[in-house]
Amino acid sequence: MTDLLAARSQMAMSLGFHIVFAALGIAMPVLIAVAEWRWLKTGDEGYVMLAKRWSNGTAILFAVGAVSGTVLSFELGLLWPFFMERAGPLVGPLFALEGFAFFTEAIFLGIYLYGWSRLPPIGHWLSGIAVAASGIASAVFVVSVNAWMNAPTGFVLREGRMIDVRPLAALWHPVAWYESVHMLLAAFASTGFLVAGIHAFLVLRRPGTLFHVRALRIALAIGTVPALLQPVSGDLMAKSLAEHQPAKLAAMEALFVTARGADFVVGGIPYADTQTIEYGLKIPRVLSLLLTGDVDGEVLGLDRIARSEWPPVAVVHVAFQLMVGCGLVMAALAFWSARRWWAGGLEQDRRLLRALVIAAPLGFIAIEAGWVVTEVGRQPWIIHQVMRTSEAVTPMPGLWVPMVTFSLFYLVLAGIVVWALGRHVAGTVSEPVDRATTRRAA
Amino acid sequence: MTVFPLEWLSAAALLGALTFYLLFGGADFGAGLWTWCFRGPLAQRQRALVDQAIGPIWEANHVWLIVAVTILFTAFPAAFATLATALHIPLSLMLIGVVLRGTAFAVRTHDVTSRADGSSSTPVVWRRIFAGSSLVTPALLGITIGAVASGGISAPRTSDTFAETFIAPWLAPFPISVGLLTVALVAQLAAVYLLVESREAELKRLFRRRTFAASAAVFFASVVSLLLCESGAPALYQRLTDTAPGVGMVMLTGGLEGATMAALLRRRAGPARAFAAAGAVSFLWGWAVAQFPYLLPPL
Repeated sequence: MTDLLAARSQMAMSLGFHIVFAALGIAMPVLIAVAEWRWLKTGDEGYVMLAKRWSNGTAILFAVGAVSGTVLSFELGLLWPFFMERAGPLVGPLFALEGFAFFTEAIFLGIYLYGWSRLPPIGHWLSGIAVAASGIASAVFVVSVNAWMNAPTGFVLREGRMIDVRPLAALWHPVAWYESVHMLLAAFASTGFLVAGIHAFLVLRRPGTLFHVRALRIALAIGTVPALLQPVSGDLMAKSLAEHQPAKLAAMEALFVTARGADFVVGGIPYADTQTIEYGLKIPRVLSLLLTGDVDGEVLGLDRIARSEWPPVAVVHVAFQLMVGCGLVMAALAFWSARRWWAGGLEQDRRLLRALVIAAPLGFIAIEAGWVVTEVGRQPWIIHQVMRTSEAVTPMPGLWVPMVTFSLFYLVLAGIVVWALGRHVAGTVSEPVDRATTRRAA
Repeated sequence: MTVFPLEWLSAAALLGALTFYLLFGGADFGAGLWTWCFRGPLAQRQRALVDQAIGPIWEANHVWLIVAVTILFTAFPAAFATLATALHIPLSLMLIGVVLRGTAFAVRTHDVTSRADGSSSTPVVWRRIFAGSSLVTPALLGITIGAVASGGISAPRTSDTFAETFIAPWLAPFPISVGLLTVALVAQLAAVYLLVESREAELKRLFRRRTFAASAAVFFASVVSLLLCESGAPALYQRLTDTAPGVGMVMLTGGLEGATMAALLRRRAGPARAFAAAGAVSFLWGWAVAQFPYLLPPL
């Protein structure tokens, strides 16, 4: 393994680990706030108990998210010192804004977790809203940094140096908007479906448990709308890619040759050497229709891109298909759930509940696949058309050692988090939550 | 390079972030350190005191480290690149400590069986990991600061061996002594904060004793650091012993540490806390004064 590949793998793994906690940390406060708001409206103690249970689990997720985020802020320098040397003045202010947003989030989370009996109910609820709002803000700032790497802006390049830097220009670039919206929708949809899946499982085991029925409904309420909107957001992003990163888009679609009336390929494994796709299902002219609104519109293929600037086509295409597949299944499930909700009897439909259990991890699989698309799809660039990833990597030899160390470390950590959260879920089963609700209400 | 006021301002902001990190994040590490000593009938009450003191705010306290890193790479990207390259190994180990510490604390305090009185039926291993990482993490942070202070860090040269470039700058007596000094300082800060925070006489007695012990450790570690400084960080040593600002900072630091002891002897916890905090800040600023105006030695 080359040092460059080791560094990329370590970064990918660190990001892939952190993004799970970041997404949960963005969306869980909203679920909790909804539960607490229901309690404020109805006075039903069952809702406040749900909010407390969820927030206790979220505290663990938040902590792991915070420390794995710290790792990333260092790894930018540890693995990519020459990227930071050049881009630091540009992305630094965005990271600083993210730091302030995270600071606010951490303070209000402390108030929220430890302030149940110390604050008036409405003040406590508002601190939960502050956690959610600052979580969303910090996501926007960090995703904007990534958007800047995809579509660099706000500087003048002179003799390889970035001068006249305007760091906040990245925030107003359309790519930053598309990426931020796509990521936020993903965070809410995947968290909603994950939580819905867990509670659907518990409803299946103990039908009619009010605690889990309510949890399921709140999680679905948060998850379904973003899951239905996400295909639209994805479509907008693809169109913006056509403008800003045609190589990434061509790799996603495995389109080797520029064509009018281009086909959309479902599945399949593209071979860059022979420029062919095996096992794929071609839907005639749909790619042109999707991207240009015209079945005969022209779509740029990889043939218009220098061979040395191709991203790894197979990885990008397969990851893209995986993301889209998961997203479409979730959108379909969201539609099914919404119909059952209006018709009544959502929690009696055992087929739907089983489908929700199976679909629980899909959102996070889609998020991981989506980041593979955006990061691998940008290769060989670390800053699109400005700096190559190979120019950015640290000169330290033997990078496979930290890569293997961090991989094993994160693997163990993931196991620990699953174990710790499993104790929370098991806690709601061993202790009959409905009876506890009535006892406390009495 | 011409020195613009903006760079001084950035350097001041960097020092400010490190100061807050030492005072808040440092005390947070120190509180974790003291959990090593929580045994016997008082153990659970001490644990409850520490959980209450750091629980609601530890994540915010550690944001200061991220703020410092952000200022460093925004304002001094070249220095950041050099530091992150040469100090890859201690910084990576430090990060593992950061992750272990946060995870262990959260898993233990937010478990379904954990209560505000410090009781929990989570496995004991979490307490050990929390205590262990509370020792290793600040020690490694101190070692990296010691490595920067030693003036031995430069961009890698192809003629140097792996050990010369990536190990020698930090695995040396002087950086290690700064690591130990950092551990002693955070232990002292936490002990004196917890002395003020605790409401029970028994706990107050314990933390008063611990503040004494940690202050003695600070004294011992700073003497060792100063002695090793002569050969380990000659430029720093020269400024600390031969220039008025340097000598002034050494004397101020010594005076504040002495005042901490005096306040403790007179059982004045509040002033002891103020002197100890000022003393810790004065160590940090003393380093900044002695290092001024270079972050890294000029090429």
